[in-house]
Amino acid sequence: MTEPVLSVRNLTVEFPTRRGTLTAIDNISFDIAPGEVLGVVGESGAGKSMTSAAVIGLIEPPGRIAGGEIKLNGKRIDNLSEKETRKIRGKKIGVIFQDPLTSLNPLYRVSQQLIETIRTHLPLSEADARKRAISLLDEVGIPAAARRIDDYPHQFSGGMRQRVVIALALCAEPDLVIADEPTTALDVSVQAQIIEVMKKLCAERGAAIMLITHDMGVIAETADRVAVMYAGRIAEIGPVRDVIKDAKHPYTSGLMGSIPSLTSDLERLVQIPGSMPRLSAIPKGCAFNPRCPQVFDRCRVERPDPLDVGDRKVACWLYDDRKEQAA
Amino acid sequence: MSAPLLEVRNLSRRFDVSKPWLNRVIERTDKVYLKAVDNVSFSINKGETLALVGESGSGKSTIARLIVGLLDPSEGEILFEGKSLSAGLQGAEARRLRRKFQMIFQDPFASLNARWRVSDIIAEPLKVFERGLSSLDRRRRVGELLELVGMSAEDGIKFPHQFSGGQRQRIAIARALASKPEFIVCDEPTSALDVSVQAQILNLMKDLQNEFGLTYLFISHDLSVVRHMANRIGVLYLGRLAEVAESKTLFLQPKHPYTRMLLDAVPDLEMTGRKRKRVEGEIPNPIDPPSGCAFHPRCPFIFDRCKAEIPALLENGISQTACHAVEERRI
Repeated sequence: MTEPVLSVRNLTVEFPTRRGTLTAIDNISFDIAPGEVLGVVGESGAGKSMTSAAVIGLIEPPGRIAGGEIKLNGKRIDNLSEKETRKIRGKKIGVIFQDPLTSLNPLYRVSQQLIETIRTHLPLSEADARKRAISLLDEVGIPAAARRIDDYPHQFSGGMRQRVVIALALCAEPDLVIADEPTTALDVSVQAQIIEVMKKLCAERGAAIMLITHDMGVIAETADRVAVMYAGRIAEIGPVRDVIKDAKHPYTSGLMGSIPSLTSDLERLVQIPGSMPRLSAIPKGCAFNPRCPQVFDRCRVERPDPLDVGDRKVACWLYDDRKEQAA
Repeated sequence: MSAPLLEVRNLSRRFDVSKPWLNRVIERTDKVYLKAVDNVSFSINKGETLALVGESGSGKSTIARLIVGLLDPSEGEILFEGKSLSAGLQGAEARRLRRKFQMIFQDPFASLNARWRVSDIIAEPLKVFERGLSSLDRRRRVGELLELVGMSAEDGIKFPHQFSGGQRQRIAIARALASKPEFIVCDEPTSALDVSVQAQILNLMKDLQNEFGLTYLFISHDLSVVRHMANRIGVLYLGRLAEVAESKTLFLQPKHPYTRMLLDAVPDLEMTGRKRKRVEGEIPNPIDPPSGCAFHPRCPFIFDRCKAEIPALLENGISQTACHAVEERRI
């Protein structure tokens, strides 16, 4: 097997507070292979965005990485100094955030922002950087790129702005692109276009994508593999078709059932009772056990590790062969 | 067929988005208007759910606000049980009709007063509409309402910030039910919620509809939610209705080119590997909408008439569409 672009092992992120330490990310491990699209889904508070913040070294203090390691192309990046992290961020890892209006500086022309980013990471002259910026804008599908490059962000529509952000993320040819809810702020018809552009450009460049979203539909269309997160842990990770068509973890199947379908007629949606626990009150054992329809004694006591089930890993005692004797 | 509960006739709403007076004088520009809702007509029968879908800027929320009276229409009429709501409704008659209307807003973090206890929030409609109620009875009703939406009566003494988004939306629903309404306008009630919580709220809304025979106007941008909830669906584009159809018909046989495009753009969760058509373009600026059919710059079936003439909403056999191509049976 080829070496993964990104390899996360036993990552734990903690936030010390006056009332004790909160564990936002609890011992998660995953890999992303070159050119692969890994989808990360989960509901709010599941730790999706915190995972991406840890990878790009943007966890806000007092939060800190309390354990585990993050490797990019085989080199550890979680223990670098701020100066070294800044070299990686933008160069090796491109980031696309949810809201294109806040990730672009409204006071600078798009050209200035693109050229500055390009010249920070690549040894190009001003004129060459400008040429590169125009060809990038052209590639992300902005019509009349040469003319529009000197516009300000507010002169672009939401979808066009997100295209600019994609160009910005790709301008230094990164190995990994982290897209944190890239289409949540957009309408469906525009969302489809943005996903297409992002996928095409990353595939052409061989960049891997970590796609964070709460929208299962977007994952189904885009990702190769998917990680389902719950309360700071990975509940299930595996090939996207397997997870969507045949969910193993009770949380995943509940999640899939609660999405209204465009094709089948159900009078009622499957409903998971309750809601995700607060970080300060994560239950003992499996974090999902109070809401789980298939809970048994062991779940309340012992935390399940990710178990191999075919091609995927599922953190659920139902798939442990020894469950009978333990229960 | 019985008379519709709510009827909207030729409803329009313009917003004045002109520059200040002095700038207009100096720059010699005219007043500028944005037509948020343009000549929209539809009706809702008792007990049914009509959904309005559309992308941002299509006028969904403006229609909701016009119906509950938070905005006044520029033109057109809204009739409830055959009585016009726009013709200066006053006094007892206004109160009698208005209590039959309630609204659930999108953002449960903004629609509940953060300084009031939950019981006061739910009791307020009772204070307005049922003045004879003693405070003890009122408190009992608030408890019943909380239990109705799946919370406990003791939750009433808490403040909104002590609840999650889904619970807050339940509180908003309890408040809407307090005045025993017949008709509830739901403006994106679940778009701020996570999917598993969304499922809980949608199930609750369906249960309440069955129990009390409620009529919903359900506004959403999410097609799968709309398909789950609605009997009939109206598709809005730039303030005009593009298509109105039975829920199933719309998804199986979409007629209007915009509806087809919208359905094509929805991510495919079933992973059928269907080839989707490329979606082109974005919604134009509503201040300066395209001439004729507003969809013509993005439409694959465009011909000369579309640029010149605004299409009317016409019957086509299975649904109503505002499209020249459908009318002439070219598609």
